[in-house]
Amino acid sequence: MGLAKRIIPCLDVDNGRVVKGVNFVDIRDAGDPVEVAARYNREGADEICFLDITASSDDRKTTVDMVEAIASQVFIPLTVGGGIRKVEDIRTMLNAGADKVAINTAAIVNPELVKEAAEYYGSQCIVVAIDAKKTSKEGEPDRWELFTHGGRKETGIDAVEWAKKMEAYGAGELLVTSMDKDGTKSGFNLPLTKAIVDAVNIPVIASGGVGNLQHLSDGVLEAGADAVLAASIFHFSEYTIDEAKQYMSEKGIEMRI
Amino acid sequence: MQNIVVIDYSMGNLHSVHKALQHVTDDKVIITADADKIARADRIVFPGQGAARDCMSELHKRELVDVVKQVSKTKPFLGVCMGMQVLLDHSVEGGGVDCIGLYGGRVEFFKEHIGATDSQGNRLKIPQMGWNRVSHTQNHPMWNGIEDGSRFYFVHSYFIDPIDKSIVAGETDYGVTYPSAIAKNNVFAIQAHPEKSADDGLQLLKNFTKWDGSVS
Repeated sequence: MGLAKRIIPCLDVDNGRVVKGVNFVDIRDAGDPVEVAARYNREGADEICFLDITASSDDRKTTVDMVEAIASQVFIPLTVGGGIRKVEDIRTMLNAGADKVAINTAAIVNPELVKEAAEYYGSQCIVVAIDAKKTSKEGEPDRWELFTHGGRKETGIDAVEWAKKMEAYGAGELLVTSMDKDGTKSGFNLPLTKAIVDAVNIPVIASGGVGNLQHLSDGVLEAGADAVLAASIFHFSEYTIDEAKQYMSEKGIEMRI
Repeated sequence: MQNIVVIDYSMGNLHSVHKALQHVTDDKVIITADADKIARADRIVFPGQGAARDCMSELHKRELVDVVKQVSKTKPFLGVCMGMQVLLDHSVEGGGVDCIGLYGGRVEFFKEHIGATDSQGNRLKIPQMGWNRVSHTQNHPMWNGIEDGSRFYFVHSYFIDPIDKSIVAGETDYGVTYPSAIAKNNVFAIQAHPEKSADDGLQLLKNFTKWDGSVS
């Protein structure tokens, strides 16, 4: 009996509405973020991830208001990502009620930001988001590299080496998204997730590709993830969080039920 | 109407505690670093996050150590996370730092007390981050309505080891069985974050807003 594995529903929020996800062509409206977060809380979500995918920074104020509204009625940990570029952005989100912030592109542009933020606010609230794509060819040993701009821009940085570096810089947790898998509903990229899980000693959240409940349990049992993140399977009530937890528990995974 | 003071010494996210308290009570909840307001409060919440050394240096800088000691003897007092750890004598964190010293004992580093995995082969990462069980080791009004063994949300790398085991009110397993809640007289303190622990956490906070500070 010990620490439970976590299920984290992710809200991709564009202009104040939950949408289906970054890589889906037909962006489908899934509701008001505050209402959706409250529903997931009722269903037993272990955390909520709020990802602001609004392109324009003019609408940041909306995001702050929403984070505040969620934090006033949902009393489980809340991670906020998207558009976090400087220490002030982190402060703004923490003051609005976020418990953790996810830093993605800004960490690549300026890795010192992670160090500075971890020293100032503590590692427990700094999540580094790693968006990776497989770059090794058929027959070569697996290699994944970081990509930015929704998977369109390559950086040449090795994802596993980057994970180790971010741990050393003070990240408290890693959110690992496979850009090959995101939106495919074909399951997590298990080799990528496992490679990172094996390389670091901080919690790893598997993300990208969940289409059914077995994908969630595979993330834990096959890749060793500490938490699993999914968006669309929960948004349109294909499955409830509670169903997902029951399923994982039946597979022998310790869950909070 | 009574007032509840959340002590602000710029360590950690006070807004979460504040919001959660406001959710469970109509009482006035004030965040302050003002020693007079703290001394006049009806009940005290002492939160905290981050490193023990920084917490202690902020408390000294704001001249809050004395008032914390004083109110911890007289009013219903809830310590949360680092706000529990610094109630002990000493923490080994960051090369060692002397703390408030309300209770004898030390704050220990998980790394020096646990292996890489638990008995079931689960990795034991540091910090412990997530939902773990709290077993009640004594009956206490603060546990009202909370089932023994309920899960709370934890984020920490250090745990307390008080000399007087009779103050332990709850225990948690993470490679080692450690005290995750303590209670003595008008003080109750918990390592987990009740403000982030869903219904059971809110119940604990609600219990606190009604607790008269006695142990039965």
